[in-house]
This record gives sequence, structure tokens and C-alpha cells, in this order.
Amino acid sequence: MSVLVYLENWDGKFKKVSFELLSYGKKIAEDMGVPMFALSLGKVDASELETLKTYGPEKIFVNDNGFDSLDNEMYASAISQAAEKEDATLVVFSQDNVGNALAGRVAVRLKAGLVSAVSAIPISYDPFIIKKKVYTNKVFGHVKVNTAKKILSLSKNTFEIIENAAAGVVEELALDHAEPKTKVESTDKVTGKLLLTDAELVVSAGRGMKGPENWGMIEELAETLGAATACSRPCSDEGWRPHTEHVGQTGKIIAPNLYIAIGISGAIQHIGGISNSKCIVAINKDPDAPIFEAADYGIVGDAFKVIPELNEALKNA
Amino acid sequence: MNILVCVSNVPDTTTKVKFSGTQLETEGVQWIVNPWDELAITRALELKESGAGVDKITIATVGLVGTETTIRKGLAMGADDAFRVDADPTDAFFTATQLAEVIKAGSYDLIMTGFESADYNGISVGGMLSEILGYPSVGAVSAVNIVDGKLQIDREIDGGKEVLSVQTPVVASVQKGIAIDPRIPAMRGIMMARRKPLTVMPAVEVEVYTEVVEIELPEAKSAVKMFDAEDIQGLVNALKNEANVI
Repeated sequence: MSVLVYLENWDGKFKKVSFELLSYGKKIAEDMGVPMFALSLGKVDASELETLKTYGPEKIFVNDNGFDSLDNEMYASAISQAAEKEDATLVVFSQDNVGNALAGRVAVRLKAGLVSAVSAIPISYDPFIIKKKVYTNKVFGHVKVNTAKKILSLSKNTFEIIENAAAGVVEELALDHAEPKTKVESTDKVTGKLLLTDAELVVSAGRGMKGPENWGMIEELAETLGAATACSRPCSDEGWRPHTEHVGQTGKIIAPNLYIAIGISGAIQHIGGISNSKCIVAINKDPDAPIFEAADYGIVGDAFKVIPELNEALKNA
Repeated sequence: MNILVCVSNVPDTTTKVKFSGTQLETEGVQWIVNPWDELAITRALELKESGAGVDKITIATVGLVGTETTIRKGLAMGADDAFRVDADPTDAFFTATQLAEVIKAGSYDLIMTGFESADYNGISVGGMLSEILGYPSVGAVSAVNIVDGKLQIDREIDGGKEVLSVQTPVVASVQKGIAIDPRIPAMRGIMMARRKPLTVMPAVEVEVYTEVVEIELPEAKSAVKMFDAEDIQGLVNALKNEANVI
């Protein structure tokens, strides 16, 4: 028996989330008294694989033959083969675009119960019960998994990184190859920009900013903090900001350490997208705005006056 | 080209959910078409109307008779026909297995699912469905186009997008961006929807992989700490020394 953690790579590199996943997998593997293995598909530098050892995998399986771009069927087949070969009773994915696309497919292949977007280790192992937020973060459900094999996807920025060195032997994984039925024809990607879903600090603004021409001060504040920018739904619907910045129930669901909401009233759908943030700051001129119910810190005031002052104070902090 | 849109019937996103045991208290709950499914129907309609070669749009749902209001809404938006698998969905694998039966009984080139449902947020039906059927799948889909009769699918990736060509049939799990504003049914559409075919199918038996055994309310949040608009430094100090986030 074993725990298998699937690790995505980004242009051959791992990210903080990769170490979070390993720390999480290791904790569960220890609880279950079994080894943890990692799996990486696609081309990754040897030095990057080396960094994984710190977080406890006994073995790191690799295969870069044909895994240049994501074909869900082909990747799911490879992950399932690794899981079967190593008798994995639990497979862990990251809850993001790639993990979401693969976990369901692997679950069917392995006849495994899947629980998505978990944020903590199981409540119990026998029976296997784990907590997850349902109804878009409104309540927790305790989900019991009845199958012998289980699959979990872990929400980002929810599990502490724990250093726990292990052998980390890199081993080439022999695979039966599936032929991809999808093909990436072109890629359009901004590099160097801090991604909203990766950001630990987020500065977000809403209709209170009155128009897209006033976003300069939001961007300045984000730059001072080293934060990503986000917006509420009306701003993306109106075309003030790109859709990729929309946070909320129908947009992106994020969990940064700090979320600053400026001129956002805080409709229940918006709160659903940000309630996992560790600290929420609300700045709004309406003292009755519902955002203050979700916030840890608040200021009632005019954003156009408060933001430049906050920016200056943070520069000196 | 035939398109099938998988539709989930969920409580309105503004609902303050209440439970008795693990059962949602449904009194006073307004049910809606899951927001992403609604956008999928909208995009399917746009493709059909553009003359890109869409012949038929079908809706499929897994739900008891009460979900027919939601299905009729999809038909009123402009879908051509619908299937309802007569069962209360238990988990994603159950739902995916039932939908696979509907799909096997028909002929579809593109199957769209919302990337998640606004109730159990399982994010898995699309992937499971494609694997059961042995079809290719694309997740995080932000655009679907038909170019020279062929499907072209945009997938969101970190910091941008990829444009994919795909073999059909294919399952696309769609998110916001595929369409922006959902289509609002017109009175004529609502009238016509009453006469459109809605086929009810019995559910097949499925092993229970996962089940919700308890609902837990989140801890009450501690009250917000307010700072005067003149005391910006107070806020900065709290973020630095109390919350330790900067």
C-alpha cells in the first residue's frame, strides 16, 4: 500500500503548491503507516526533482516521453498505471485546472471514490471520512469514502509545508502509452505576471472604483505589496477588468493570506470566492456593506482617499 | 453536429442554506440552472444560430420530477429536446454513470458540463463522464468555436490560454468566459418549451462510492475590527504585527 502524489510542473519547474501537496501526502502516509511516492510527467530538470526530496517521497517516478502538453486521457492513464503498479490506496491531486481535469478520470479508472477541494487531513481513516466545504464554502460536509482506493484533491494554500526528508530515489516509470486525442495548436501566455491563483496577497476592487480609469491606484497598491489584482463580478461583466480577475462563486475561488476588498459590497457570491482567505480587509464607504461581516479588519471611508494613504503607509512599513 | 449539455439543478446562489441532518431544507429555496451549465446552453445556442453547423442541442439532467422546471427553462432558452434520469443524484460518480447512459443511447459530438455544480462543488462529473465513455476531455474551457466544421476549444492555463483541436466526441468542462450573460428565455420560447420532447429514463444501479454523512456549520467568524479612516497606520500595524500577513 502507498500514497501517490501527482505533481504538475510549470515549464519544467515545481511551485510552492507542489511542496504543499507532498507535505499533505506525507502526513497521511505516516498516519496510514505506508510510504509516499511522487509522480511527475513531462520534462523536468534533475535539480528540480532534487528539491522534492526535502518533503518526504520515498520514490519519485518520472516519465517525459510524449507528455509535452496536457491530454487528459493520456495523463490519467499514466497516473492510473503508476497507482496500480505501486498499489496506491490514495492518490492526491492539486485542486486546480489540471488536477480537476485528471482526478475524475483517474477515479473511474481505479474505481476510487473522489473527494475534491479538501483542506485538511481525514477526520478518520476507518471509516475514511474527510471534511470539505460544500455549497460554495457555506458549510462543511463530512464525506465518507466507501471504496478501497481513494482520491483527494487539495485546495491551494491550505496545508502547511513541512520539511521531512526521505530517500527520494528518482525512477523512470515504464508506461503503456495512450495516443492523445487532443492537440494544442497554439498557446497565448503572459509570463512574469503574478498569477491570481498563486498569489499570497491580493488587492481586489469593485464598483466603488467608479470606472476602469481609476484602477491605477489599485495597481500601485498591489505593486507595493507584491500582490495580484482581482475584481468583483460587475467589473469583469462591464469589461472594466479581464474575466480572469473575477473572484467569486462563478469566477475564481481563491485562498490568499491577505485579501483586500476595496469598494466591493460583498454579495454572498463574492464571499463564496474569498472566504478561505486567511485575512480579509474591507474598505468601503458604506458602513452597512455586507463585506464587513466577512472581514477581519475594516475601514469605512472613501477609497480614493484611503488607498493612496494606505499605499504610502505600506511603503514605510 | 449534435451538442449535449449536462445540466444540474441547484439552489439559487444567493440561498442561505439550512440543513436538517444531511438534507438541505428546501422550503423557500429557489432552484436554478447551475450557472456554468446555463452558460454552456447559451454558447451552444450561439453556435447553432451562427450557422456553424450545429444541428441539435439536447439537455440532460439527473434529478427527480421537481427538476423539470429547470429543464423546461433550458428548453425555453432554445434547446431542442431533453432527457431526465429519474433519480436523486447521490455523488459525482452516480451522476456521471447516469449521464453516460443517456449519451450512449444517442449520438453527440460535443458534450458540455459546467466545471462544477454550485451544491456539492465536486468538480468531477465531466472528467468521470469522459472516462466512462472513453472520450477525450478538456477542462477549464473558456471558449468553444467551430472553424470549418471542426471544433476548436480554448483551455485556460496559468497566465493565458491554449487553443486545442480535438477528436470527437469530446467532453468539455466549461467555465465563465464561454459565454458572458446567460440567455434569457423569451415568452415565445417559454410557450414552445412546453411542447418540446422531454424523455424520462430510469436510473441504472451504481455502487455508492462516496456519501455525505454529516453537515457541519462553519465556526462563527470573530467580529470585524474597525479602524478610523484617519488611522491607516493602525490597520498597517495590525496586518504586520497581529495578522502577520505582510
